[in-house]
Amino acid sequence: MIRSTHLPLLVTLATFVLAYALCASQYPAMLSMRVIANLLTDNAFLGIVAVGMTFVILSGGIDLSVGSVIAFTGVFLAVILRDTSIHPLVAFVVVLIITTAFGAAMGAAIHYLEMPAFIVTLAGMFLARGAAYVLSTDSVPITHEFYDTLQSMYWKSESGGRFRLIGGIMILTFLVGIITAHRTRFGQNVYALGGGAMTARLMGVPVASTTIGIYAISGGLAGLSGIVFSLYTSAGYSLATVGVELDAIAAVVIGGTLLTGGYGFVAGTFFGILIMGLIQTYIVFDGTLSSWWTKIVIGGLLFAFILLQKGLTWVTTARKKAVTGFATLS
Amino acid sequence: MSGRLFLRRIMPQLIILAIVLGLNLIVFPDFFKIEFQNGRLFGNLIDVLKRGAPTALLCIGMTLVIATKGIDLSVGAVMAIAGATAASLVVDGHHWVTALAGALAVGALCGLWNGFLVAVLRIQPIVATLVLMVAGRGIAQLITEGTILTFLNPGLIHLGAGTVLGMPTPILIWVLLGALVTLAVRKTALGMLIEAIGVNETSSRLAGINSRVLLLCVYVVSGIGAAIAGVIVAADIQGADANNAGLWLELDAILAVVIGGNSLLGGRFSIVASLLGAMIIQSVNSVILLSGMPPEFNLVIKAILILAILVIQSPKVGHLIYIIRASAPPPKVNPATQAKETTQ
Repeated sequence: MIRSTHLPLLVTLATFVLAYALCASQYPAMLSMRVIANLLTDNAFLGIVAVGMTFVILSGGIDLSVGSVIAFTGVFLAVILRDTSIHPLVAFVVVLIITTAFGAAMGAAIHYLEMPAFIVTLAGMFLARGAAYVLSTDSVPITHEFYDTLQSMYWKSESGGRFRLIGGIMILTFLVGIITAHRTRFGQNVYALGGGAMTARLMGVPVASTTIGIYAISGGLAGLSGIVFSLYTSAGYSLATVGVELDAIAAVVIGGTLLTGGYGFVAGTFFGILIMGLIQTYIVFDGTLSSWWTKIVIGGLLFAFILLQKGLTWVTTARKKAVTGFATLS
Repeated sequence: MSGRLFLRRIMPQLIILAIVLGLNLIVFPDFFKIEFQNGRLFGNLIDVLKRGAPTALLCIGMTLVIATKGIDLSVGAVMAIAGATAASLVVDGHHWVTALAGALAVGALCGLWNGFLVAVLRIQPIVATLVLMVAGRGIAQLITEGTILTFLNPGLIHLGAGTVLGMPTPILIWVLLGALVTLAVRKTALGMLIEAIGVNETSSRLAGINSRVLLLCVYVVSGIGAAIAGVIVAADIQGADANNAGLWLELDAILAVVIGGNSLLGGRFSIVASLLGAMIIQSVNSVILLSGMPPEFNLVIKAILILAILVIQSPKVGHLIYIIRASAPPPKVNPATQAKETTQ
């Protein structure tokens, strides 16, 4: 039986399949392994950060800082690898600790100061971007043989598609995210928090540690995304990934997660990412469409999915009202 | 609000502004010098007022939107759309008045769209305005066809770079709009009704307030303010840049409103305090510029500003201060005066 909570996810899936079928019917080459492999590689950093964003949005919050944290991570790695002889793996660990702690601090501010997540993460956005600027305003190239090794790691399919390491990291992140959201106590707490903070508290959900954990995950994944992005571009640039938080939010919403929190699936976000990647690939294939259509189409999709969610909420509340007999009120 | 109460309301903002301006004076002794040359005023203070115009224009509408417990993320994108509209109209040979009217109409339309999503479809404001924030720059690029549309129309350029009676036009525009909107909401019951929506929309509706129409109006005002800001920015550089016009200015506008002591949770608001907030932000920019500090520190300082305000505004901290005050030993009172007081 199809439950109404699964409907947004199914619509996302159907949209993806339909869009892909339409693209493929026009350009059969889009079915090739090469395109699919590139879809995963090009959207790897966005996918990883969107997993964190899914947790944040599931809990009813928002994290505007992720784009800046990705840029900070890239610059931090580039500067450290340029100025010191630290092994990249050590630098990775250090930067992941920094970004996770940064996220946790924002979560703590949101919980203990009782301020909206929006404004706290806005401060975080300025802080991380500012820190990146202070480290370096120039684009710093990363030249380290370990990076070359990582970049040359790929699995080549028979038809020529190269599935690179960073695409694999994204898929792994999604798998871990799905298990965490649906199969652990923490995941259940996140859903409970999104359903209503007061209810969650009364149910015995540890609101403080859950909130801090959620933003720590988002910060940590933004750090991981920054590492992947630095592998993707071989450089750290403080002006990079401006506005990625919006793309991530859009992917989460298109993936069928309710922006009010409490409903949604990490797997949906994966298809949200793929839909957004598909639009970009189609524009590249077409050649005559300008890049700004990406923004307009994503905006349109965002609107369509918000409307769909709104419609579903209406239907469920109307049903509840009919059951309890309060339909005459309001 | 009586004069004394009003002064008390904006006192923190005035003090902060005075401190920041004082810092400006320290790093640049000639900061307050204003000269009158070639029929216009020159000086750093005038510069702050002029460069702060876009944020000031945005924060007028944003204050009203935030007072209804909403937020308008799309203003930066609306600026780009309005600038592109005005530029493309004058490039097509229309009069600058037509171009300005066109830009304002587009801004109002954008506001109407946001208001429709919030008031009629009842979508959370942050999400509803996100749609236009994402799509808006695409639409602006569609209008300019991906280029930076330059123009040489003197009438339109005058709005951004010209002067009226020696005063740069942008300053006059934001002061005028600020005064107009303040009068409109404070000399009528509108302001109170807007505050009522922000405090509790359901009860305000039950009390007979047409919250739907008011919400629509508030977002339209925000859209129009953004459109004027967009035209000024385009006129200033004599071109419409769809990618960079108004980029991240929505955040500055929200910051100005928050510095103005307005709660993000809706309710009581003061447009004058928000405008002071916008000027504080601009003065901070000016300190950084004049002191020769690298502009990279700008964002860090903004972040620290937000954090400081967050801590001050936080309900928990307020409660703590209340407890400390309450638990402090009562001031020693002369028994004689105490007796007098009780008899009074």
